[in-house]
Amino acid sequence: MVPVLLILIPLLTGLGLFWVKSDSAARTLAFMASLASLCIMLAALTVWDSPKYLAYDHVWLGILNSRFHFALDGMSKLLCLLTVFCFPLIIYSTWNNKYPDSNRFHALLMLSQAGLLGVFLSMDALLFYFFWELALIPLYFLCSRWGGEKRIQVTIKFFLYTFLGSLFMLIGMIMLYNKAGGSFAYADFLKLKMAPGEEFGIFLMLMLAFAIKMPLFPFHTWQPDTYETAPTGVTMVLSAIMAKMGVFGLLRWLAPVVPSATYQYGDNIATLAVIGMLYASFIAIQQNDLKRLVAYSSIAHIGLMILAVFAPSYGGIQGVMIQMFSHGINILGMWVVINAIENKFGTRKISDLGGIAQQSPSLTLFTVIIVLANIAMPLTNAFVGEFMMFNGVLGSAATKFGVAYTVAGGLTIILGAVYSLRMVQNVFYGPTNQLTAKATDISLNVQVVLAIIVVGILLMGIYPKPMLALTEDLSHLILNRMNLK
Amino acid sequence: MDYVWLVPFFPLIGFLLNGLLRNSLSKPLVAVIGSGVILASFIVSVALFMQVKAGTTATVTLFDFMSWGDVHIPFAFQVDQLSSLFLLIITGIGFLIHLYSTVYMKDESSLHYARYFAYLNLFVFSMLLLVLGANYVIMFIGWEGVGLCSYLLIGYWFKNIEYSNAAKKAFIMNRIGDLGFLLAVWWLLSKTGTTTFTEVFAKADTLSGHNLTIITLFLFVGATGKSAQIPLYTWLPDAMAGPTPVSALIHAATMVTAGIYMIARSNILFTLAPYTSSVILVIGTATALLAATIALKQNDIKKVLAYSTVSQLGYMFIGLGAGAYTGAVFHVMTHAFFKALLFLGAGSVIHAMHHEQDIRHMGGLSKKLPVTHLTFLIGCLAIAGIPPLSGFFSKDEILAAAYGKGMIWYVLGVIGALMTAFYMFRLYAMTFRGHFRGTHEQEHHLHESPAAMTIPLVLLAILSAVGGFLGVPAVFKENAHWLEHFLSPVFEKSTALQVTHDMSHQTELMLMGVVTALVIGIIVWAWSKFSKYEKTNEESTGIGKLLENKWYVDELYEAVVTKPVNALGKLFGKADKYGIDAVVNGLGRSVQYASRQVRLLQSGQVGSYVLLMVIGMILLFVIQVFLKK
Repeated sequence: MVPVLLILIPLLTGLGLFWVKSDSAARTLAFMASLASLCIMLAALTVWDSPKYLAYDHVWLGILNSRFHFALDGMSKLLCLLTVFCFPLIIYSTWNNKYPDSNRFHALLMLSQAGLLGVFLSMDALLFYFFWELALIPLYFLCSRWGGEKRIQVTIKFFLYTFLGSLFMLIGMIMLYNKAGGSFAYADFLKLKMAPGEEFGIFLMLMLAFAIKMPLFPFHTWQPDTYETAPTGVTMVLSAIMAKMGVFGLLRWLAPVVPSATYQYGDNIATLAVIGMLYASFIAIQQNDLKRLVAYSSIAHIGLMILAVFAPSYGGIQGVMIQMFSHGINILGMWVVINAIENKFGTRKISDLGGIAQQSPSLTLFTVIIVLANIAMPLTNAFVGEFMMFNGVLGSAATKFGVAYTVAGGLTIILGAVYSLRMVQNVFYGPTNQLTAKATDISLNVQVVLAIIVVGILLMGIYPKPMLALTEDLSHLILNRMNLK
Repeated sequence: MDYVWLVPFFPLIGFLLNGLLRNSLSKPLVAVIGSGVILASFIVSVALFMQVKAGTTATVTLFDFMSWGDVHIPFAFQVDQLSSLFLLIITGIGFLIHLYSTVYMKDESSLHYARYFAYLNLFVFSMLLLVLGANYVIMFIGWEGVGLCSYLLIGYWFKNIEYSNAAKKAFIMNRIGDLGFLLAVWWLLSKTGTTTFTEVFAKADTLSGHNLTIITLFLFVGATGKSAQIPLYTWLPDAMAGPTPVSALIHAATMVTAGIYMIARSNILFTLAPYTSSVILVIGTATALLAATIALKQNDIKKVLAYSTVSQLGYMFIGLGAGAYTGAVFHVMTHAFFKALLFLGAGSVIHAMHHEQDIRHMGGLSKKLPVTHLTFLIGCLAIAGIPPLSGFFSKDEILAAAYGKGMIWYVLGVIGALMTAFYMFRLYAMTFRGHFRGTHEQEHHLHESPAAMTIPLVLLAILSAVGGFLGVPAVFKENAHWLEHFLSPVFEKSTALQVTHDMSHQTELMLMGVVTALVIGIIVWAWSKFSKYEKTNEESTGIGKLLENKWYVDELYEAVVTKPVNALGKLFGKADKYGIDAVVNGLGRSVQYASRQVRLLQSGQVGSYVLLMVIGMILLFVIQVFLKK
């Protein structure tokens, strides 16, 4: 029941909004719907927390033996919560952004929410593929219609790149379908026992799809352009939630399904991940556009998650899941800040800004806390995940190079401080200039959103235990499938 | 001892009140909250200390912080001899400095006044977590927390870009050390499965020498960042951009001693890793000497004190490297007294001189600032190691331990001590002796600071004078070293493993006498030389220029680290655009035809496309339902 509600609410709202003519009504409806989803999710975590409510299974395509099978396990709970937590904040924080055809904008946003939730809930490979595409397509339209400069060019690249990945995934899923004796059911995939050679083809296909989506170095070049060009509300969806689809894919559909190949080729991917972490961090130091800076920092952060998946250990995998959530809300916070700055000053160029702290103390305070979370300061949410991931990588029984990965990847802890503080300093501190001298503090809606995010950051950072508990089952499953302790 | 949580709790409350209500609180109220919470912590700390002194120690678990698999990291506090002693130093000196700040910062607007006290309270909170933590993770929370507060306070006057640069530099250099700390903790976790001190230390002798060396070396890297040792010391002199009480509290008395605390806490690991101990001895000695040479030629009153701090921290590391853990902790304590005193005294001078910090423009202040002058003189005598002031005892204990490691370490240590006497009395004489060299305007406004500033000076001067009697060496009186006796349970295991090379009492007395005579000689020389100081326009040359420019270490780092990192960032940025992305685009062009097809789908009706997709999905479902029937 819960999964169906979670998907239907945004889906129906999204479809309905195409026929709502008033922009403000459309925005309000979308906001209400996203709040409703949040309430349902909160109920699912508390009063409805029983298998009776949390799963839904009905036949869909009998010919292909594919089913409408949705379920909420620990990881889907985390990611669905992330999705329904972010959407109201995204809509509310961009409340004052002017979008032409605002009704369609919000309609598409709702449809992508439905797609994202479907991705996290599906326990059937074909269904998963369907929602994977459903999440992508509305975002494609959003970018190409409401994006900034060069939007068509950038969006086509984004679309083709990720669509190509999806096709590989479909092929991989069909290969699995055949191996599983004509079933798309996740449970059947988990029963498979294949030789590493047999797994390789499937691994390659799925890995390509996820690598592009996350993105993994060197498949990342669509991402900074897209984040920069997309309207900020859409960038929020892309980076806070959609980037997690790829990591989610690794944990749900790759590592436990083709464990031997994951083990065997783990070092290759882990090496790419470490290179990507360092590469993106170095580039971030030199970025002048706030959006591109955050885009590259995101590549570095996701790189660590990929590393921890391919140099796995029990705590490390749990860390990945925690970090997916943490990174989601932290980067959302960064975008909210950037959106507020862009709306106020009409620029995202670091070199044009400076001294904002004098006129906008509360924006500064919130930003500093979010930035600190981004660089994994203890007692913020990201510390928990990063600590567990690095610790897991260093002690991983699956690789000989755990120490090398940790030391090299650990350098991003320093580099992260370099680019983050450089940004804070050049945007907020120092003397004001003509542009920033006339600033006022941020509007109420932005303050509310940032306050909620900051409270979330601190709560999770001080008492991560309830979230950690959600990640135990899957971590256990993956390690078992890979024959690691 | 369950009430130990109150100790960090009070400053946290102070931080929240002053931080959140900074728009509405009046300045006096901010001052009362800010200082009051630290006083409350101090009172609780005294109670805890009394209990520890009576023989009780405890580990208090508040809640389960992080756990996975077999790993449990509780949010727990450890109250024992070492931590209770540090609690007293932090909250005691912390309170005096808060009190001092209430007047020193009075010209700030009430908003920034509250921000200042909020940061300062947050700092004390973090420092208390660092000291109380019962495992490396809780310690690390405080460890990073103090780094953050230091960043916030160095950059407190954020409009000045120089200051915020200094703040950034401090944070990043600390982060380099923090990575070392983290690597040590991860390594430790993977080998022992725990971060809790008592469990780790119980398992210490089961770890291989190789693992111990790696873990301790990484921990030491962490310590070089926080405690400003070579190669990560350059942030500390720049940190003087912060308000002077901050320099006293954070960059002299407490935070920078965190590395010493951490190593003293982990003493058994270091005792079992002789290679690391030698490294510490070398780095400590090198830092003590290098910083002392730079201090000889600095003209900014705070910069002299900053390099002096780096140098004194070097002495503490000499103690740690030589296995004299008690000596190192003893020097932390006495140094906290006299360096806080000297910084606050400097603050009083700067306050009187209207933000003038260059000692070339001072002189003859002894008459106008009698209290500041007298207390400052006591501080100088204490740091120079004149008996029976506190610095004499603690420095002597470290030098004696260095002697045990070899004559060379002792000689180098003494050379450093002589330089200390020289630069401190150069500073003293140029500031307080001779005639006034500032402007008439400044001279006209010269005044002694108010009581809230001089009372802390007097109290600290008393502590600096008599603090040394807590550790009277055996050469004067057997079993009079109270501190050694008190801390012995903490260092018990290490002491049992150490081979001591006690020198004979006669040698010790003789060496003490010679060193003291030399120090007095140097003091007299510097005093008379710099009392007659006159402003000149001569530029230094040769070694003097080298020292004035701090051995050009900052320039070296700029060339070897900063520039290459920036260049790499630019290079990778170009590679991304013209390398990887160009390949992707090339591949893309070959499928341009396909892209045109996709574009057609987007011709106008955005909604219809998605609608079609959903309808398709539902249709398939409906067909299926019918087929089944």
